[in-house]
Amino acid sequence: MMKYLTLCLTTITLLCMYNTAAYAHKPSDSYLIMQVKDGAINGQWDIALRDLDYAIGLDENANSEITWQEVLNKQKEIKAYAFARLSIDTNLPIKNYQTICDITPKQILIDHHTDGAYAVIKFASDCKAAINNLDVNYTLFADIDPSHRGLLRLEFKGATKTAIFGPDNARQNFILIKPSRFTEFKDYIVEGIWHIWKGYDHILFLISLLLPAVLIRTANTWQPSHNFKFTFIDVLKVVTAFTLAHSITLTLATLHVVTLPSRWVEATIAASIVTAALNNIYPGILKRRWLAAFVFGLVHGFGFAAVLSDLGLQGGALMIALVGFNVGVEIGQLGILSIFLPGAFMMRNTWFYQRLIFYVGSILIMVIACLWFIERAFNMKIFTLIPLIG
Amino acid sequence: MQSQITMLKTFIHGLLFLNCIGTAQATPYVPASPDTVLEKLPNNSSVASKEFITLRAKLNTDPQNIGLAVKLAKLYIERSREEGDPRYLGYAQAALGPWWKLAEPPVEILVMRATLLQSTHHFDQSLLDLNAVLRKDRKNGQAWITRSTILQVQGEYAKALQSCEQLYPLATKLITTTCVTNIRNLSGQAEQSYQKLKTAYAESGETNADIQVWVLTLLAEMANRLGDNLAAEKYFQQAIKIEDPDSYLLGSYSDFLLDQHHPQEVIKLLSAKTRIDALLLRYAEALKAANFKEAGIQVDALRQRFSAAMMRGDTVHQREQSRFELRLMKNPIRAMEIAKLNWQVQKEPADARVYLEAAVAANDQPAISAMTHWIEKNHQQDVILEKIMMSYKGKS
Repeated sequence: MMKYLTLCLTTITLLCMYNTAAYAHKPSDSYLIMQVKDGAINGQWDIALRDLDYAIGLDENANSEITWQEVLNKQKEIKAYAFARLSIDTNLPIKNYQTICDITPKQILIDHHTDGAYAVIKFASDCKAAINNLDVNYTLFADIDPSHRGLLRLEFKGATKTAIFGPDNARQNFILIKPSRFTEFKDYIVEGIWHIWKGYDHILFLISLLLPAVLIRTANTWQPSHNFKFTFIDVLKVVTAFTLAHSITLTLATLHVVTLPSRWVEATIAASIVTAALNNIYPGILKRRWLAAFVFGLVHGFGFAAVLSDLGLQGGALMIALVGFNVGVEIGQLGILSIFLPGAFMMRNTWFYQRLIFYVGSILIMVIACLWFIERAFNMKIFTLIPLIG
Repeated sequence: MQSQITMLKTFIHGLLFLNCIGTAQATPYVPASPDTVLEKLPNNSSVASKEFITLRAKLNTDPQNIGLAVKLAKLYIERSREEGDPRYLGYAQAALGPWWKLAEPPVEILVMRATLLQSTHHFDQSLLDLNAVLRKDRKNGQAWITRSTILQVQGEYAKALQSCEQLYPLATKLITTTCVTNIRNLSGQAEQSYQKLKTAYAESGETNADIQVWVLTLLAEMANRLGDNLAAEKYFQQAIKIEDPDSYLLGSYSDFLLDQHHPQEVIKLLSAKTRIDALLLRYAEALKAANFKEAGIQVDALRQRFSAAMMRGDTVHQREQSRFELRLMKNPIRAMEIAKLNWQVQKEPADARVYLEAAVAANDQPAISAMTHWIEKNHQQDVILEKIMMSYKGKS
């Protein structure tokens, strides 16, 4: 028996001789590895058991030892706690494209780092799109140990990027594939089109100004226009003035030459719609509609600029964004015109157009814009109360 | 027999755990049994730990309570010093969370924030906080003493001395004398300040163990720099017997023993303290000096620890890292690079030594003359530094 014991001990001593280093005392770190392939991320996150215990309590029997069983008992809590503090997005520079990558935690394993045992959580993340860049937001233990750091290793097509996350740099962006200038330009055109279509206020302003274009004011009443050429020139004047004006201010604001408080800009945009619609009901408020389009267009340009100035672009990238976005806005505008103008011209002789669309439409636009104005000028929320309109 | 084998298995299992946990970063695995113990936590059942838990729970329900926050932060900082475990500094910072980013938090918070910033070697930020404290409260002894410590570490001896002198009406005579003599000892009055501290200590009849250890450690270091090894040994011995020695004392004494070629004593002193990087470094040096095979394993462990620290962007252990590169990795060029970075942050005798040793080993003439100039400018008397200079002059 004794001999057996001695033999065993010798073996153990030999086995362990090359591995008798003690655990270190060190500040808390977690090790996050993400391998990106196509639209998916394969992840591994090593979090110290000691830190998890401090955060959510693993040592159930309070004997100052954490067993594998105790880790297994808290698997769900560990995963829920950890992944509530990590989010991954993939987004093009433009906000509307941002997609959140769903994270699915898989099994928990164990590994050891210099300071002790770690729970190794494997996970998969699906970004539902090609991953050109990643936005990682990491807030693990930020509230209970601000000296904690998340050490990320990001692997993509054989290249590796590393990053350190902490409370002062919780959110970091990693560009994996630098988009070509052409793709970037194209993306900004699309963004410009979307912006004018989704921001109803610009459409409503334009439409308010264009509703009278197929009519002629004679003897204090609106008569249908006989001449498409005349209508077309009228529309051209309004649209060109609007485009010219908002292009000027969009450029000035994006280049930070002139900046205006956004609340003021947004409220004035609402007011511009009210005025344009009111002008249809009480003609003569706006002597020349193209001039109104120009003056108010200046304010709308500041509204467009908010999208771009938030991105903090510089140099060549800024020029691409500016020109692309502007082209997109014009394309979007032309799209609206190409639907509106032929339809309005065809219907100009009808009661439907002259009474319903022209008058009731203008009044409706005015009401909506009035509510917008109140919301924006006084920082109130009305449209949550009226979900139909919002 | 059967039960004996089972016992044996359990025993072996335990041994394997104790010895083999190591730092090998192999592939993640599923532990063999649900009962496998994966991690030993700091003792959570002790009275002190229970106090932490109660305080933490109280603060959670009342996070704006300055008194509670300061109390908890203080306990964490003390515990971090006792155990050499920096995680507690993070917990302390969390306790101060609501005030951490404020420009002008209340004085009590400022003092704690300064202490934490000092512990993580953010000396300039710490000084800003201390100055803010002292603008509001000239009688804050804690702030004056921490300020003098930082200024001494930065080699600003004149300013450090001014801070110490503010302590006369605020602290005991021994504390003030220790503060003052410590600075004078490094700036041209090595012998007088040593004698003065010796007398002050003898006359004080100090009974507070922490203060006794502080003074005795300084006396030992002063004697060592003056070349009186017998006296240094005597003070170190007295200091380590007073209470469970802190890691600073252990490191300082180990350096002395290594210089005296007593690696076996260092091994005995530090074998259970290797969780602390600075002490593992001395332990590994001692193993190497004593020709122990285990040295290789510990050098490897240190290498992993330094790379882990570098991964997180920590620079707190540059003094040790430079020494590690020089003495254990035999890479004087790398050692010199790190020593230069370290010298920008701290300028204590141990930093000067690391710098000069690396400079001599790397034969970096500008660095050597910069250090010689610095020593002369401050009239620093240190036989250890002189010896390194002599060895260099002997070589060239």
